[in-house]
Amino acid sequence: MIDDRVDNGRRRFLTAVTGGMGVIGGVFAATPFVLSMAPSERAKAAGAPVEIDISKLEPGQMIKEIWRGNPVWVVSRTPEMIESLQQVEGELRDPDSDNSIQPGFAQNDYRSLKPEILVLIGICTHLGCSPVQKFAIGPESGISDDWPGGFFCPCHGSKFDLAGRVYQQVPAPTNMVVPPYKYISDSLILIGEVGEA
Amino acid sequence: MRRFIVVWALALVSPVCLAAGAHKPTDSVYINLSDQASLQRGARTFVNYCLSCHSAAYMRYNRMAKDLGISDSVLKENLMFASDKPGDLMKTNMAEEDAKKWFGVAPPDLTLVARVRKPDWIYTYLRSFYLDEKSPNGWNNTLFENVAMPHVLYSLQGSQRLAGMDPETGKPQFTVVRQGSLSPEEYDTLIRDLTNFLVYLAEPIKLKRHSIGVFVILFLLVFLVLAYLLKKEYWKDVH
Amino acid sequence: MSKFMAWVDERFPATKVWEEHLAKYYAPKNFNFWYYFGSLATVLLVLQILTGIFLTIHYKPDVELAFASVEYIMRDVQWGWLIRYMHTTGASFFFIVIYLHMFRALLYGSHRKPRELIWLIGCVIYVALMAESFMGYLLPWGNMSYWGAQVIISLFTAIPLVGEGLAEWVRGDYVISDATLNRFFAFHVILIPLILAALVFLHIVALHKVGSNNPDGIDIKKNKDAKGVPVDGIPFHPYYTVKDLVGLVVFLILFCLVLFFLPEFFGIFLEKDNFAPASALQTPEDIVPLWYFTPYYSILRANTVNFFWIDAKLWGVIFMGLAIALFFVLPWLDRSPVRSIRYRGFQYKLWLTLFVISFIVLGYLGFKNPDNVDLFLFKNVIWAQIFTIIYFLFFFLLPFYSKSEKTKPVPERVNFK
Repeated sequence: MIDDRVDNGRRRFLTAVTGGMGVIGGVFAATPFVLSMAPSERAKAAGAPVEIDISKLEPGQMIKEIWRGNPVWVVSRTPEMIESLQQVEGELRDPDSDNSIQPGFAQNDYRSLKPEILVLIGICTHLGCSPVQKFAIGPESGISDDWPGGFFCPCHGSKFDLAGRVYQQVPAPTNMVVPPYKYISDSLILIGEVGEA
Repeated sequence: MRRFIVVWALALVSPVCLAAGAHKPTDSVYINLSDQASLQRGARTFVNYCLSCHSAAYMRYNRMAKDLGISDSVLKENLMFASDKPGDLMKTNMAEEDAKKWFGVAPPDLTLVARVRKPDWIYTYLRSFYLDEKSPNGWNNTLFENVAMPHVLYSLQGSQRLAGMDPETGKPQFTVVRQGSLSPEEYDTLIRDLTNFLVYLAEPIKLKRHSIGVFVILFLLVFLVLAYLLKKEYWKDVH
Repeated sequence: MSKFMAWVDERFPATKVWEEHLAKYYAPKNFNFWYYFGSLATVLLVLQILTGIFLTIHYKPDVELAFASVEYIMRDVQWGWLIRYMHTTGASFFFIVIYLHMFRALLYGSHRKPRELIWLIGCVIYVALMAESFMGYLLPWGNMSYWGAQVIISLFTAIPLVGEGLAEWVRGDYVISDATLNRFFAFHVILIPLILAALVFLHIVALHKVGSNNPDGIDIKKNKDAKGVPVDGIPFHPYYTVKDLVGLVVFLILFCLVLFFLPEFFGIFLEKDNFAPASALQTPEDIVPLWYFTPYYSILRANTVNFFWIDAKLWGVIFMGLAIALFFVLPWLDRSPVRSIRYRGFQYKLWLTLFVISFIVLGYLGFKNPDNVDLFLFKNVIWAQIFTIIYFLFFFLLPFYSKSEKTKPVPERVNFK
């Protein structure tokens, strides 16, 4: 019944081409399903840039906002606080933020656009807890007698300075993340978008 | 094979006939979703006149802007409530309780209205308001009798009275009472653009769906040729 | 590779299954057009389950949220519109394919001995599929979803004594409500798909036990060569896999034409009233069930008189139940010595034709108001009554003429080109 004079070459070729075409079609067909699980327009709208009004933010204070479900902190640093940043550099794991995440404009000594205003995502880079503010200095802070002020993560004891930079000998591997942001005016910050360079 | 085609044709054609119902006659409107200028004018009319009372609560402003080629600044300045963000849903500012108090019923959401009603119906409806002292708000509509909605576009269309029905076409005839700011032709164009926009609003993906469909069908046709050759090749064995 | 397969085969009968069901499953070589629909139905089952899972990811079974979540899928979810249209188009195509698949059995006697169990399992699949689509149709929570479910569940109330309580139990409420939506969701996405998958498995196991029928209705296993291979059989793989592939691509072209260009299919696959959210205050002007239920809907409404002590409404339900139940006993009603229509007498051909016509006309009338005149001469309800009688006569006359009817001689070998 089976014909012996079968052209096996042609048969293999057609099988390969049809199979290849089938794989391409399969990939095309699978793409919508994969993409349907990516953030939807609703999620994108909820993750749209957030405006923060800092006109009432006094030096030494901090305000919190939510952006894309994460806490965003805005700290108004006093001159003393800014000064403390240089003093602690030797104790930091990544003082120049080479291995940390921040927009290019924030890879500087203050990790910010303006030295006095710090914008951070309030999430510890260790396991995702939100650190607490420890702005009090010395024994009053309850951390150590020479504490210069910063952030402390209650989950596993990671410590950060007032620019969100991580100290040595704590579990957190990198500095806290600086989100993209820009100034719309002197008193209005937009979180989620960077300004033109 | 022939028998199959007959069966299919019967199965397909029989329910199609039901689509034509014995409803009131409507004027036909030309819908063109590629006409962005028309859609933009329709969007403007929709936002300025409809959105005060009706929502389009399944649609986002930024989607509309993107699809219709409207820039961010134009969107924010002309087509949105100041309190809304571009990613927000197009919701009316009127509270539902207020609407019920004023109109007796809450104005329905209009996102999908062009899929519930036919475009011709919408086009005719918005041109069929007439003065009627018996109605609580002073207006009535020949296509949708005793509708709770007043004629919100009367400053554009002007006002008209029902003169009677054309015995041949069954369509209403109106007499103009007061001229509006638009000529009758301009008003028809305005409503045509608005209807066009409502058709877009009901299914924003429609144009893209068609173009993807063409691509998919072409791909399948090529695949069909290959699959057929493969089948032919193997079935040489079978005698 | 062979080493690996040997390792697997010691632990799992992979090669054995492959050979028994594909590479050495000998199918008659004379399959024609009508034999594509089995594999197409399987493809559609997979498509419906797959698209269904991805819809479930975004859908919310809550009366406050359901309608909006469907529009969320259509607009905000990337490619959500395509997945949803695949699911809605797939549902309608599933029934087209199943009806053609069932018609094939009636043409060539695929339901006759020794394949009665395949047919019975198939009938259960059909009923399960109807339940699946009925429950699925409530989920978008459109106005037609709501009122369609309302009407169909009200059928239970026709049953004496327990009807009212049964309807309440099914709804979980006194009206169609959140409770109903939630349980229909559970049945639609878990219970019935599981049952369907299991039944399809059994359907194929039973088929492969007795072997496939063919357009000549000949038992190919009676005529084997020296190696024990049926002379009119060819291995399913590769011959029917490549042939079914051609069928599948043609099917996909038709499917995609509807999917991309006519997803509403003139208001039949997606009804216009279902683009408005469910409203307990406003019944749609013409309440119409899904197109694949309309023949039964016509039969339900056809009876308008009270027979004996039973009222018309209950008779309608009984007739509708009977119209479906009769499919189950079909293998035993048919007593013809031959299977295929090619060798049967005039009467079966006539009655099968009348049956198909009555099914289509009843389907058409199911969309229509019974009191209108849409065909000619009579009101729709009269036509529905006439064709309901024809529908039932197909079943009831079959035992009488099928045995005595003159048949043509069946050849030894299948007809092939």
